[in-house]
Amino acid sequence: MSVVFLPRVLRISARALGTAGWAGHRGCSGWTSDGGPGHLYGGHIPTNPVQKALLAVGSGMAALQNPYRHDMVAVLGETTGHLALLRLRDRMKSSPEGHSILKERPRIRLSTLDLTEMSSLPDGSLGREYLRFLKENRVTPDSRADVKFVDDEELAYVMQRYREVHDLLHTLLGMPTNMLGEVAVKWFEAAQTGLPMCILGAAFGPLRLSARRLQLLTASLGPWALRNGRRSNCVLSIYYEHRWGQSLTSLREELCIEPPPLSLSTLRKTT
Amino acid sequence: MAAAGVSLAFRAVRGLPASAVGQRGARLSTGSARGFRHAASFRREHDAAADEKSTHFGFQTVPEGQKAERVYKVFESVAQKYDIMNDAMSLGIHRLWKDTLLRTMNPLPGTRLLDVAGGTGDISFRFLEYVRSQEARRRRREAQALQTPSWQEIANSYGPGAPGSKECRAVVCDINKDMLKVGQQRAKDLYYTTGLSWVVGDAEELPFDDDQFDVYTIAFGIRNLTHIDKALEEAYRVLKPGGRFLCLEFSHVSNPLLSRIYDAYSFQLIPVLGEVIAGDWKSYQYLVESIRRFPDQVSALLGQGFPIGGAEKEMKTVTMCKVPVRSKYTVQLETDLFSSHIRAQNETPCLPSSSAANSRDVGHTCFTSFHFVPYGYCIAQVCSQL
Repeated sequence: MSVVFLPRVLRISARALGTAGWAGHRGCSGWTSDGGPGHLYGGHIPTNPVQKALLAVGSGMAALQNPYRHDMVAVLGETTGHLALLRLRDRMKSSPEGHSILKERPRIRLSTLDLTEMSSLPDGSLGREYLRFLKENRVTPDSRADVKFVDDEELAYVMQRYREVHDLLHTLLGMPTNMLGEVAVKWFEAAQTGLPMCILGAAFGPLRLSARRLQLLTASLGPWALRNGRRSNCVLSIYYEHRWGQSLTSLREELCIEPPPLSLSTLRKTT
Repeated sequence: MAAAGVSLAFRAVRGLPASAVGQRGARLSTGSARGFRHAASFRREHDAAADEKSTHFGFQTVPEGQKAERVYKVFESVAQKYDIMNDAMSLGIHRLWKDTLLRTMNPLPGTRLLDVAGGTGDISFRFLEYVRSQEARRRRREAQALQTPSWQEIANSYGPGAPGSKECRAVVCDINKDMLKVGQQRAKDLYYTTGLSWVVGDAEELPFDDDQFDVYTIAFGIRNLTHIDKALEEAYRVLKPGGRFLCLEFSHVSNPLLSRIYDAYSFQLIPVLGEVIAGDWKSYQYLVESIRRFPDQVSALLGQGFPIGGAEKEMKTVTMCKVPVRSKYTVQLETDLFSSHIRAQNETPCLPSSSAANSRDVGHTCFTSFHFVPYGYCIAQVCSQL
């Protein structure tokens, strides 16, 4: 009298494939638009302002209550980020590289990355350090939630690109994926993008830090992150796919990002 | 029809071969994560053409072959949060509806219940609770009546009673294993250890023998079926003569103001709740859309009643009327054919009445009772009389 437990393999792969969502497969070129009525892109769910407001409030509360609910953080970002996305999009358009990203719509996923080539790059190069970051922190670029509630196709792509560049930002800033590193990256992103979700995350994230880490944040990491976020060039305007061979230091110089004041070792993902 | 006589094709999904299967028993094969696909391969021939026919999936139209799979995916993804979402969406009122269903059912000790699309087991738990508390009350009354019980009587009062005594049993049948798994965990948490069976099965092709059950319930599940007529045929088959079919489902709200509020609530709030609590907008969008679709699909079918069997079986007809709910506290019954007739019968549930008839039914008895609960939910109860 027992019901079989679905093999774990099936369930994990289902979640990883969750990026495909209900809209089915995306084209290999990256961003395809779904033909459904009112659906501007694959995975788009049209919502009216009332629903967006309810979603924003609900997802905010859910994310506060359980910060590991990444889907709620994502929904909060999408429903509140319209103005910031417009600003980001204009900033991207103003640079030639950003303009070409908006035109070609590349996606960063394991299937589009050439892992063997990247691992053969020299140490200190962007590609090598990015792979090292993914391996050490046991994350994958495929786990980013799809954009659902942004009602403009180009802005939805900007939001998706922002999510996919997040890991690269960790690499650029040299921050691991523990709570302190995430908060530091959030402060950088809040200063640079102005997305309300980043600002809220930056405000509430430190509440979950231990005293020692809070002190590290306020003393050195935080001001560094804010300073660099404000003055650096737009990190979304870099065509990372063409720059895997470039060294991290030269990329940081190009973006006007100072190297991190502290080297945080990869600790476990608890506060 | 005691336990020994039961030849349930009771199949544990861990892959053990089906045991003691009756002629119409399931041949759900082992080791498949999608049992319904194998059930589909044993359907009747005209299903080959069924894929070209289309059916409703919420407001979308999909080929019939796809609907079952999509519904399966919906419930697979909502299974973990199903009960929480029920409470959130209905503000806990769904418990009242299910309690009303049990009161309508009013099961006696020894009843065998088949709870189809039972999923997380709400109806079955209530059923067991109901019968057991009735039983306990009866025993208490008996004990109080006895002035000086003998040792034998005292001993009997501790045990379950003589072998073959009327023990109630509930079978929860659902096509979705995740829902059953959640139900089993709940049963463990609530200490329902005996009297429950969990069976994976397709409502359109039940893995049970004929004439097994006293009561067949399907609560909030019938609108998810692809072929409701087949489910009704199966229900008729597995029910004993005199058995009852109870269906609990959403109905339309006719009051225009209430209906507007209800629509706004359904379409604006429920998918948002689904996204926030369960992380799944689309499944709850499907659920509210399927509620809107349901009465059109089913009222015609239930109106025809149980299908005609062979020459030996007589036609069992059912009258089913759309039941609008007027307001929160009063209920008005409107029928298109038998208004006075049905109203009169409402007070005496499920007693055969020779005056119960519809215009097509000549000389056969049939009985239907309707019980209404506010906010637009209706329970249709059908007795099959032989």
